Amino acid sequence: MTAVTVPAGVEAPRLGSRIRWGVSDTLTLTRRSLLVWLRVPAYLMFTVIQPVMFVLLFRYVFGGAIPVNVPGGYVNYLIPGIIAQTAAFATFGTAIVLAQELKKGVIDRLKSMPIARSAVLTGRLVADTGRMLVTILIIVGVGYAVGFRFLNGFGPAVAMVVLATVFGVAIACISAYTGLAIGDEESVQAFGMIWLFPLTFVSSAFVPIASMPGWLQAFANHQPVTFVVNAMRAMALGGQLEPTLWPNLWRSLIWLAGIFIVFLPLAVRAYRRAS
Amino acid sequence: MSQFNGVDGQPAILVEGLTKSFGEVRALRGIDLSVPRGTVLGVLGPNGAGKTTMVRILTTLLLPDGGRAVVEGHDVVRQAAAVRRSIGLAGQSAAIQEELTGRENLEIIGRLYHLRRSQARSRAVELLEQFELADAADRAAKTYSGGMQRRLDLAASLVGQPRVLFLDEPTTGLDPRARLGMWDVIRSLAAAGTTLLLTTQYLDEADELANEIVVIDHGLVIAAGTSEELKNRVGGDVIEFTVPDRHRVGDAVAAIAPLGKGEDEVGGEPHADPETGVVSVGVGSRGSDALTEAVRILDGAGIATRGLTLRRPSLDDVFLALTGHAAEEEDQPGSRRRGPRGRRRADGDRADGDRTDGDRTDSDRTDSDRTDSDRTGSEEIARSAS
Repeated sequence: MTAVTVPAGVEAPRLGSRIRWGVSDTLTLTRRSLLVWLRVPAYLMFTVIQPVMFVLLFRYVFGGAIPVNVPGGYVNYLIPGIIAQTAAFATFGTAIVLAQELKKGVIDRLKSMPIARSAVLTGRLVADTGRMLVTILIIVGVGYAVGFRFLNGFGPAVAMVVLATVFGVAIACISAYTGLAIGDEESVQAFGMIWLFPLTFVSSAFVPIASMPGWLQAFANHQPVTFVVNAMRAMALGGQLEPTLWPNLWRSLIWLAGIFIVFLPLAVRAYRRAS
Repeated sequence: MSQFNGVDGQPAILVEGLTKSFGEVRALRGIDLSVPRGTVLGVLGPNGAGKTTMVRILTTLLLPDGGRAVVEGHDVVRQAAAVRRSIGLAGQSAAIQEELTGRENLEIIGRLYHLRRSQARSRAVELLEQFELADAADRAAKTYSGGMQRRLDLAASLVGQPRVLFLDEPTTGLDPRARLGMWDVIRSLAAAGTTLLLTTQYLDEADELANEIVVIDHGLVIAAGTSEELKNRVGGDVIEFTVPDRHRVGDAVAAIAPLGKGEDEVGGEPHADPETGVVSVGVGSRGSDALTEAVRILDGAGIATRGLTLRRPSLDDVFLALTGHAAEEEDQPGSRRRGPRGRRRADGDRADGDRTDGDRTDSDRTDSDRTDSDRTGSEEIARSAS
């Protein structure tokens, strides 16, 4: 083989450069994932078209039949809920791609290379967070086109997007865990349906919980999506919802912290054991 | 280059008493092997023999239960990071990003090896040329043929210029032409001085590419040596013929058995496949004399035969002699692929179920004492598993 000088990176790492490499490896893998996402129109379609369809469906088909008591009517009620659901559904991709990479041996290849051990998982999560953020902003734009308005100023609007994203990343940890633990694309997708659909629909995202039967209210009133969506709605709309912000926000943060504490280590462990 | 390697006497890969179990299944039951620098070791065995498990341990993807493994002087458990800096791995499927181009795939791997952007770029160009992918460099890898994808995968495993390269069944699933192309590539890597460990279930592949071969079955090394040495263990030349009347296969075996026991004490028990009626017997170096005698005996016994031939032993014969069953057992759906060795496939279909006492005696005779007792254990495992 003709000589390209053996790169400095092939020498033993010093402690100081480890962090730099960890960041560099993560960014390389993030770039790789985003490149793939941009290269496949179907991915873009799935992550953008589907939530847009939901916006139109609920705004114009179901919305008229759902009475809500928020300033600006149902469209203002709907958009924060759709955004939370979109963030959660975006993690289907996280789980499916990890399962695919596992099956194809991509993860084996990466694990056999001298790269930062955390980079594969963090690269995936960073890329998916970027993807999620783009989708959220598109939904905000579509929301504006169908009549949604932020009524509480710019700062809280940004805070709402941030909360939606942090929520999405927490869900992405669960999805990453399922993807790596199950390791089969179709099973992962089917399993995603089983937990993500009830979690997002049986909440305050689309309809007032008071309209549900009592046994379902018991679940809907205490699950994280409800707290997150209520907090997002209070941030976006303010006014009469202002008093509901803190009770929902602190419950959201406790839930999200709990999800991170449980599922991030599980995902890391599943990655280490994955084969 | 190879004559400068291993001056310190340290092998590129050293494996001692390696064991690994998955629940009840003992995938590796004490593997020992050593690969000198700059050589090619062929690890030969049927599906489920433990080949992939061993490669996964040597490439730090899996922790062993016992024993130790050292790659380029680094322990795979305690110095995994150092091992990863010296190895390349190409697994059973093409571990490439199909949506990206060949060039992008290699550049990203280069960046992960911390090459500067310009270095990663030139390394990618170099490898694309070496693997005859330059024309397809800017096409998405999903448009590549199977052979091209595997070549790209192999190129990816070489970006970091590994001193030791692990190829886990590099030609499984390729058509015969792509397979020959892959062989050329592997030969050129070996010629450039890379130490190679290559697993395969194709006997001709190991014969073609490897300096040394170890045969693995049920998690144990049951034989090791050069292709020539292994073939000699069968007992030199082989006489083979087909008995069209299946009821007379047993008679034919009994009749020609004396041929396998020449004065030179090489040779072996005859082998018969009751389904295809193919009978073979090792006849040492008594080649054409034995052939004449075979004609006389069979004629005298009134057994009609077809295609009576004298041939050099293949590794197929070796595997049959060592294990009592053919190498390419089709016990997993993934292994159902047509290859150039159609007849041995037929043997493989017979698998363990029809093994006769005659088979067992034969393989016991061929094995050394140590592997003999171990192998009996492996048969028990095989039986209890089936």
